[in-house]
Amino acid sequence: MKTNDFSSSTSPSDRRIGALFRHLTAGTDADRVSSVFASPTSGGAGGSVFAHLVQAPEDAILGVTIAYNKDPSPIKLNLGVGAYRTEEGKPLVLNVVRKAEQQLINDRSRIKEYLPIVGLVEFNKLSAKLILGADSPAIRENRVTTVECLSGTGSLRVGGEFLARHYHQKTIYIPQPTWGNHPKIFTLAGLSVKTYRYYDPSTRGLNFQGLLEDLGAAPQGSIVLLHACAHNPTGVDPTLEQWEQIRKLMRSKGLMPFFDSAYQGFASGSLDTDAKPIRMFVADGGELLVAQSYAKNMGLYGERVGALSIVCKAADVAGRVESQLKLVIRPMYSNPPIHGASIVAVILRDRNLFNEWTLELKAMADRIISMRKQLFEALRARGTPGDWTHIIKQIGMFTFTGLNPAQVSYMTKEYHIYMTSDGRISMAGLSSKTVPHLADAIHAVVTKAL
Amino acid sequence: MAAMAIRNSASRGTMMSRQIWGLRSMSSWWKNVEPAPKDPILGVTEAFLADPSPDKVNVGVGAYRDDNGKPVVLECVREAERRIAGTSFMEYLPMGGSVKMVDETLKLAYGDNSEFIKDKKIAAVQSLSGTGACRLFADFQKRFRPDSQIYIPVPTWSNHHNIWRDAQVTQKTYHYYHPETKGLDFSGLMDDVKNAPEGSFFLLHACAHNPTGVDPTEEQWREISQLFKAKNHFAFFDMAYQGFASGDPARDAKSIRIFLEDGHHIGISQSYAKNMGLYGQRVGCLSVLCEDEKQAVTVKSQLQQLARPMYSNPPLHGAQIVSTILGDPALKGLWLKEVKVMADRIIGMRTALRESLEKLGSPLSWEHVTKQIGMFCYSGMTPEQVDRLTSEYHIYMTRNGRISMAGVTTGNVGYLANAIHEVTKSS
Repeated sequence: MKTNDFSSSTSPSDRRIGALFRHLTAGTDADRVSSVFASPTSGGAGGSVFAHLVQAPEDAILGVTIAYNKDPSPIKLNLGVGAYRTEEGKPLVLNVVRKAEQQLINDRSRIKEYLPIVGLVEFNKLSAKLILGADSPAIRENRVTTVECLSGTGSLRVGGEFLARHYHQKTIYIPQPTWGNHPKIFTLAGLSVKTYRYYDPSTRGLNFQGLLEDLGAAPQGSIVLLHACAHNPTGVDPTLEQWEQIRKLMRSKGLMPFFDSAYQGFASGSLDTDAKPIRMFVADGGELLVAQSYAKNMGLYGERVGALSIVCKAADVAGRVESQLKLVIRPMYSNPPIHGASIVAVILRDRNLFNEWTLELKAMADRIISMRKQLFEALRARGTPGDWTHIIKQIGMFTFTGLNPAQVSYMTKEYHIYMTSDGRISMAGLSSKTVPHLADAIHAVVTKAL
Repeated sequence: MAAMAIRNSASRGTMMSRQIWGLRSMSSWWKNVEPAPKDPILGVTEAFLADPSPDKVNVGVGAYRDDNGKPVVLECVREAERRIAGTSFMEYLPMGGSVKMVDETLKLAYGDNSEFIKDKKIAAVQSLSGTGACRLFADFQKRFRPDSQIYIPVPTWSNHHNIWRDAQVTQKTYHYYHPETKGLDFSGLMDDVKNAPEGSFFLLHACAHNPTGVDPTEEQWREISQLFKAKNHFAFFDMAYQGFASGDPARDAKSIRIFLEDGHHIGISQSYAKNMGLYGQRVGCLSVLCEDEKQAVTVKSQLQQLARPMYSNPPLHGAQIVSTILGDPALKGLWLKEVKVMADRIIGMRTALRESLEKLGSPLSWEHVTKQIGMFCYSGMTPEQVDRLTSEYHIYMTRNGRISMAGVTTGNVGYLANAIHEVTKSS
């Protein structure tokens, strides 16, 4: 080929072109090469490889706060995302958390090294005890493997991926309705998602018959997602008697329980009470998974602290399970964040801090229960038509008002009250001062023909 | 059924309930779960910790140590933490993380006065350090370019393979390390880039290649960029060591700047694990350069859709530390100084190790120890030689012969050189 290959040139860019030329002409013909140089716009400076993407919709729940923030009205109310607020409408950092922070800051021996893949080991042990009970036979017999994960979401995702790889059944049954992120988490984890009946709109309570029928019809061994307490979004929980029936049915069909515990201590005010359903399942010697979150009950939302525990039949099994969990975690984020877990460990390991925490937790739960009562009373005082007892019967951070999307929309437009379109309100966002405003709005929207 | 129940029950109490409720399976659902192999990198530290020998040396995982072999928390980090403690409300970050942290982080990669930042053409989200950024990109690549593959250098950080495998993206490899020269196999690399189908996705280490420490020269980067242009390839940069390689963050980002100048629409994974010593905080950033602001908004929204079902939103504390430092000129200046100290100490240890080996009369060439750059030295030792180092000298490193120079100190460099000499002198 009698072309100038620039190799004798002294200019760097010419030499570059020359080198490129040599690479491209090795084993190719001149025509192809010249076509490359003839079209200088070919190559990376052309269009993006992701030009075909369409914009994703806003997250339904997180989008509520975004809309709220944009609203210029001085009397707006955010009852969207489930983050606790004080009577003054302010976020709350628990005293025990501030104390733990100080302890960590003052300890100059603390370093920031990578945690092990399974996370902070002391945190894992304390978390297992918290949810399963310090005297749990499963813990005593070393049958529990616990890994620190990124709050509830991360624990569910890691658990889901583990099941998709190692469990013989790839279907998970989730309650209808459930937290909007659940189906996405499990689908991306590699499971197929089905639903079981849960909420009864006509009673605004539990559709227990439907639940038993649907779980009874599920294939042997299917995975079942259970909200340990304070069901999100409905606030409707089974009674202990109903839990016992659920347990019997599930064990008889070999259904695998996967508990989501995001509100332990927050629902009733008692850590042990809120963990009872899980402990009932552990007590029968069977296996289960539980995802724990410290976002709400310790107010550690943004620090992403949680734990996944898998209760196994035998200790050696637990060891192998842990090793496989590590294979899920390493290619996802290598090891979990250290800060939040350290705070939790400081609190849980210290008797005084732990006790102080239980008091602060009860205070939060009590304030929410009080908001429920106040809202109920306010609607009764206004003679608002309908049965509103579900407000005081439902439990936890959320109330499923029973309002439809049109009504929700009206409340947002006319009263600047923000909630998710399914009518779920976060009681934590209410205060004695704002209850009347909400009651007025509900009254208006219910008496209006919409 | 009853006999099985008696044999297998964990406690008397459950025996009765099992008989009554007829639990079908007496054994664990997980009995077929195999024990997983230990992670080749993180398993080294586990083994090191378990070793009782007083002479033990850990040159395994890439975490910085000072000259006393102690982990370091940077002064700028301590100061940032003091300012943050007691003030944070710990609320959820947005799905895309801390906007402030991301903005500062983009400046480091793209340049303080980058037109791309000004024109809002970069889709960027806070990520769980470098691992999280790579994984988010791999998932994104799988979802929106499902027919694409990723070309990964040989060798590379072992977790890269795990990440793209779990994202279910087909992997291919390209030549990188030249064992004979212990340098870059440049012509092999260029051949592979040329022969890859047009529009392929390539993983590039921006600087301080892990595990080899071998980086292309600036000239070579320019040629690579030109060839990428000709082939319409997508360049994804993993930059885990900015500042750590040469001591100068701007210099360490040169490869990226060359690609940007040449008009590529690249992706970048950035990590603060090493250069800010924030390892366990898991702070990083994933960015994708787009054609315009609208596209950047779109891409970011889709990245968030992948983050939401993985962890909802990223952790706050580490991001606050980064924002506090980079947002304060004095603290940022202190950080740059501290990074240079770390980089310089490593460069000093490279020289010390090479000189010690040469003084011992090693028959081999150890030139590569000072030519390679960043935290790691690809010694060229075989797995068998590494095993001897561990069993005979209690020296821990990964079996590919990668030495973490950060673990070398003036106190142990003599011992290390002697041990390496002993196991290699007959080769």
